[in-house]
Amino acid sequence: MPTKNMLQAINNALDIAMGEDDKVLCFGEDVGSFGGVFRATSHLQEKYGRARCFNTPLVEQGIIGFANGLAAQGSVPVAEIQFADYIFPAFDQIVNETAKFRYRSGDLFNVGGLTIRAPYGGGIAGGLYHSQSPEAYFAHTPGLKVVIPRDPYQAKGLLLASIRDPDPVIFFEPKRLYRAAVGEVPEEDYQLPLGEAEVTKEGTDVTLVGWGAQMEVIDRAVELAEKDGISCEVIDLRSLLPWDQDSVAESVFKTGRLVVTHEAPRTGGFAGEIAAVVQERCFLYLESPIARVTGMDTPFPLTLEKEYLADHLKIVEAIRATVNF
Amino acid sequence: MTTTADIHEPTFLAGDEFSIPTFRLLKQDGTLHEGAKAPDLEQDKALAIYHAMVATRVLDERMLAAQRQGRLSFYMQCTGEEAAVVGATAALDDADMIMAQYREQGALVYRGFTFDEFMNQLFGNELDYGKGRQMPIHYGSRKLHYMTISSPLGTQIPQATGYAYGQKLAGDGKCTTVFFGEGAASEGDFHAALNMAAVHEVPVIFFCRNNGYAISTPSIEQFAADGVAPRAFGYRMHVIRVDGNDILAVYSATQEARRIAVENNKPVLIEAMSYRLAAHSSSDDPSGYRSKKEEEAWREKDPILRMQRWLNDLGWWNEEEEKALQESLRKEVLETMKRAEKRPPPPLDSMVSDVYADVTPELQRQLDALKAHIRQYPDAYPKGARSLDPDVRAADDTAAKGGE
Repeated sequence: MPTKNMLQAINNALDIAMGEDDKVLCFGEDVGSFGGVFRATSHLQEKYGRARCFNTPLVEQGIIGFANGLAAQGSVPVAEIQFADYIFPAFDQIVNETAKFRYRSGDLFNVGGLTIRAPYGGGIAGGLYHSQSPEAYFAHTPGLKVVIPRDPYQAKGLLLASIRDPDPVIFFEPKRLYRAAVGEVPEEDYQLPLGEAEVTKEGTDVTLVGWGAQMEVIDRAVELAEKDGISCEVIDLRSLLPWDQDSVAESVFKTGRLVVTHEAPRTGGFAGEIAAVVQERCFLYLESPIARVTGMDTPFPLTLEKEYLADHLKIVEAIRATVNF
Repeated sequence: MTTTADIHEPTFLAGDEFSIPTFRLLKQDGTLHEGAKAPDLEQDKALAIYHAMVATRVLDERMLAAQRQGRLSFYMQCTGEEAAVVGATAALDDADMIMAQYREQGALVYRGFTFDEFMNQLFGNELDYGKGRQMPIHYGSRKLHYMTISSPLGTQIPQATGYAYGQKLAGDGKCTTVFFGEGAASEGDFHAALNMAAVHEVPVIFFCRNNGYAISTPSIEQFAADGVAPRAFGYRMHVIRVDGNDILAVYSATQEARRIAVENNKPVLIEAMSYRLAAHSSSDDPSGYRSKKEEEAWREKDPILRMQRWLNDLGWWNEEEEKALQESLRKEVLETMKRAEKRPPPPLDSMVSDVYADVTPELQRQLDALKAHIRQYPDAYPKGARSLDPDVRAADDTAAKGGE
């Protein structure tokens, strides 16, 4: 099976989607002939023409407003926001329009064809405005789906599923892994399910839950913990909205312990939501408090990035504290 | 692209060299301006336009009164701007998409949205297409190509650019017309939309209803420029300013704008100068921010009266026909209102449908929990309870009948 990095996998998914359906369009800032600042849309304009893959003016609210209209018309737009940090000018269009289009019209109109792609996350010396993980804002908005892949294989299958899903999807891509993550990716078309978590490793003592780039960090922490003789079960949530409560609860019934980790700041972060649901559903099975390993409640710092991030050492300490509670 | 001559002195421009004229055809007395030529408008179509304007006026008057009686929670009138809205709509193909702001019910009337359909939305009953989810006046109709209204201002403008881009790719010869006020034109979405439409050569008509006020804020406090029209130059877009109370000028300008949009794939900006004769909404009272005298001056420029005089002069309309039309419309409004008021609310399950294409497991859990709670306290939630339990529903219906 051929190997690809995450960008190649995403590019391949877009190529397949555009190839099979003339209604699929890719656009955003620098997305056209240049192929995007990360090159996720490389060669798509060459292959499918300027009408279907193009640059937009530098205006995020315009890109998403335009995309909403296209989707309502019946097209299948895949709009790129160059960095998730810059998605906020489009917040109104996403939260008040994209998310509510079907509901407010009683299903006369919908923008289900829309997929919004945006690179997110830290670890690239990006400072305040090229590092953020804004998933929790959007996970708080009924009507949206929020999807985050952890590796090239997941990226291709989840992106194809997102593009074809009947609901609008925000697809956050872990940009730290764009080139760093390389793995086997089938050439052919395949989809991975939205709204379903995946148990990536089975274990008995503690459950670890994360998504996106944090999965690789969890794996490193688990390696250390297992040397101590702690058996870890690892779950990649993959979709934050809707999220797979059953898979997480089922795992915690077995292990009795839970560590949730994300890069985003702690207060109001999605780990809090997971902790709340798990204590509701698994209260009598819990052996220790649910731990959160997250970014700090600060803007994302530059020089002290390593200190800020929820790295493998912070996670392994949380695993030990949870198991030895 | 910038093409420019060199100068060697620091000479600033303020745009004053551009003076935007106003296109007018019909005088208030119903005769044409000197040198003006009426658009080619057949009697049937002229009467359909007039009928829609009058029906909009009557609907607005009666529904505001119903709001004042407490029968309706909220209302917004189109009063004074009927020519701008209906005239523009009449110049379009009936299958062109319309994305309105919230004061354009005249467009729906013209396209054949029935009073029953209006009432079902206004009362949020079980037949409302929007399933009782939005405040009154948030109409939508897929069959009439009228996008469901959304309260946030200006969001529909870049959506229109996108919709029209899709129409261009589909090659079906259709375009999109988007309505908005001069206040909403201050939103960032306006600028995003016009720039993208010009850059991507999109068949969209941006129709600005400059009605003088954004709630209480007069247009002089909205922008320093000469209205909204000059902004088109900045985007290299065709633009025309038109007397919005002049049905013939609006119709003619929009017809030409549509030709430019569809034949040349070029966006057009129309600024229709008018006046919001009514309050912003049923929650607003204009006496706090503008004078009766100012309102009276505009009342004399009533667009419906102006068209009526033109029709009378042509012999296409007379006083008896006017009286009969007014009476039948009033009667129809009252009858349809009574019907809609009596209809039950949408079922409880509709609270969780259409959030997504399918109800998610978590939403189903929340709905089940809500149902269990309502069964415990049915009296506290009569609308929800009636769709759960046939007995509660029957009791509720009896109570409703007794209350009349």
